[in-house]
Amino acid sequence: MNIVVCIKQVPETNDVRINNDTNTLIREGVPSIINPFDTYALEEALRLKEKLGGKVTVFTMGPPQAEEALRQAISLGIDEAILISDRRVAGSDTLATSYTLAEALKKYGEVDLIICGKQAMDGDTAQVGPGIAESLGLPHITYVKKIEEIRPDDRYLKVERMMEEGYEVIETNLPALITVVKEINEPRVPSLKGMMRAKKAEIVKWSAADLALDEKKIGLDGSPTWVIKIFTPEARSGGQMLQGSPREQVEQLAGKLKEIKLV
Amino acid sequence: MAIKILKDKCTGCQLCIPACPYGAIELVDGKARILPHCTLCGACIEVCKFGAIVMEVKKEKVADKESFKGVWVFAESRRGGIMPVVYELLGEGRKLADELKTDLSAVLIGSKISSLSSGLIGYGADKVFVVEDKELKDFRDEPFSKVLVKLIEEEKPEIFLAGATAIGRSLIPKVAARLKTGLTADCTGLAIDPEKKILLQTRPAFGGNIMATIICPEKRPQMSTVRHKVMQKAKFDKARSGKVINKGLNGLDISAKTKVLKMVEDLTQKVNLTEANIIVSGGRGLGEAKNFKLIEDLAKVLGGAVGSSRSAVDAGWIPYSHQVGQTGKTVCPNLYIACGISGQIQHLAGMQSSKVIVAINKDPEAPIFKVASYGLVGDLFEIVPLLTKRFRESA
Repeated sequence: MNIVVCIKQVPETNDVRINNDTNTLIREGVPSIINPFDTYALEEALRLKEKLGGKVTVFTMGPPQAEEALRQAISLGIDEAILISDRRVAGSDTLATSYTLAEALKKYGEVDLIICGKQAMDGDTAQVGPGIAESLGLPHITYVKKIEEIRPDDRYLKVERMMEEGYEVIETNLPALITVVKEINEPRVPSLKGMMRAKKAEIVKWSAADLALDEKKIGLDGSPTWVIKIFTPEARSGGQMLQGSPREQVEQLAGKLKEIKLV
Repeated sequence: MAIKILKDKCTGCQLCIPACPYGAIELVDGKARILPHCTLCGACIEVCKFGAIVMEVKKEKVADKESFKGVWVFAESRRGGIMPVVYELLGEGRKLADELKTDLSAVLIGSKISSLSSGLIGYGADKVFVVEDKELKDFRDEPFSKVLVKLIEEEKPEIFLAGATAIGRSLIPKVAARLKTGLTADCTGLAIDPEKKILLQTRPAFGGNIMATIICPEKRPQMSTVRHKVMQKAKFDKARSGKVINKGLNGLDISAKTKVLKMVEDLTQKVNLTEANIIVSGGRGLGEAKNFKLIEDLAKVLGGAVGSSRSAVDAGWIPYSHQVGQTGKTVCPNLYIACGISGQIQHLAGMQSSKVIVAINKDPEAPIFKVASYGLVGDLFEIVPLLTKRFRESA
């Protein structure tokens, strides 16, 4: 089986705030990590490879430091890593990102299954997975919580897709793209051997030219959406700490909740 | 396609340097310089008091942008009923349509669902486009996206709104990508720019710690998804009249590679978490799985749903479907009662827009108290049963 996982390097914490005096963004100096949902994608790919044989390649589109995320993926057991990095793709919104990753996948060649995480922790859009599938003309299934059956030779895939009120069992043809949720597995930790391998691994790097990307479809020019303003949301205020014994606190709370007609 | 420093305007004040979330600005010879790892986010442009930072963009202008008219709402339906978020979208859509002095339309796709049109009209739709076929009975991305794309290409709405439900978050990105237009997910605010008459879409990022306002200036339609319980529901007026337009498939091939075999309901969820108006959540403070009974009892008495923090799910005390937070579900109930939950950023990301938050925790320093409307410092094993008893008595 030939599997590709698309990952994103994101800041470790979302503790991004704005300094209200200067109206500037403050980000604590924190390291970058592989987007948490993507770790489930990597794990699922590795499990499929262990069961069915084949190869797992990880892709990421990002600035040069995203190489670190790829090395972390290699330390888990991923076979090959490809970094798509170019000044000209900076500023891409989800459409431009989907296009770029899809072009990279086209250059890569035949794939049986593409696995992405449900969404990235910084953008939170969950759009790139479906966007890549659309660009490649592949079926996609989002929020996959379990792969029930996969038969690469029959080009068959059956999954459980999480819905608000339960889940659906869906079957489709390979090649396909799935986005996965936390429930699907328990990600492994890298072995010492894996970490050594990751240190020495050679990362393939592709630029916009290597992919022959259409300049009008990448970066800011290729992004139909554009951020015009960022600001901190109004902090929740006016909270009260209730006083007294537990009974008293309960009484006060019940009173207040009734007053505002919540119960 | 680049951020430029206008050296003659730059005074070297360095306000831009801490503004950059990526540390991509440095001071060189008394002037700001943009470093190669700049991601073009534009945060620095906002901050410069001297107009010395500009973004050079060549945006492809869309030729017939002006011919796109109308605000559309995707009337998502499941098992013969309209999803509640649709009525909220109609409420919001009405305001946008009125401001643009244009029509509000709903799009209904399915099998034998045209009877739902009258409800949509009552809730504010001027027109309902109905596409019916037995192949469209259950939602599948492929056929639904083909139908939606064709409809949009034919009728050319300027704005398209859909619910950010499990279906919406799968279908709409596919439709937007096919139309090569912009989509903004999980919008918490929508407005019309009075001058440019374009949609201003506001949404959270970085787990809700930052808000961003986004525009889609050239491509059409401008697409947004909105979560349930974020916007206000429209008022129903049964006297409202509107037009129902039945659109045939006209030979459109809606075959799909994907098939839904069955739907399995989550029986552990007696009240659907994302729909609930009241949620009682338990966290690490519960100590063990069986103590979730306390949470369930309180939820039952209040008619609410049971939620959980990530710790409790990871510990195996409750299924993942109950997890509220960044890697779980985002909820927006009227009342959220957090019991034994410390309030890590990742949990807050999933519930901080709840109308009223009650926090019960024995640690007075727990971060949850910063967002709580009412904080109770104490032992949840004492307080939660007392609350249950109190509400049971007054029921």
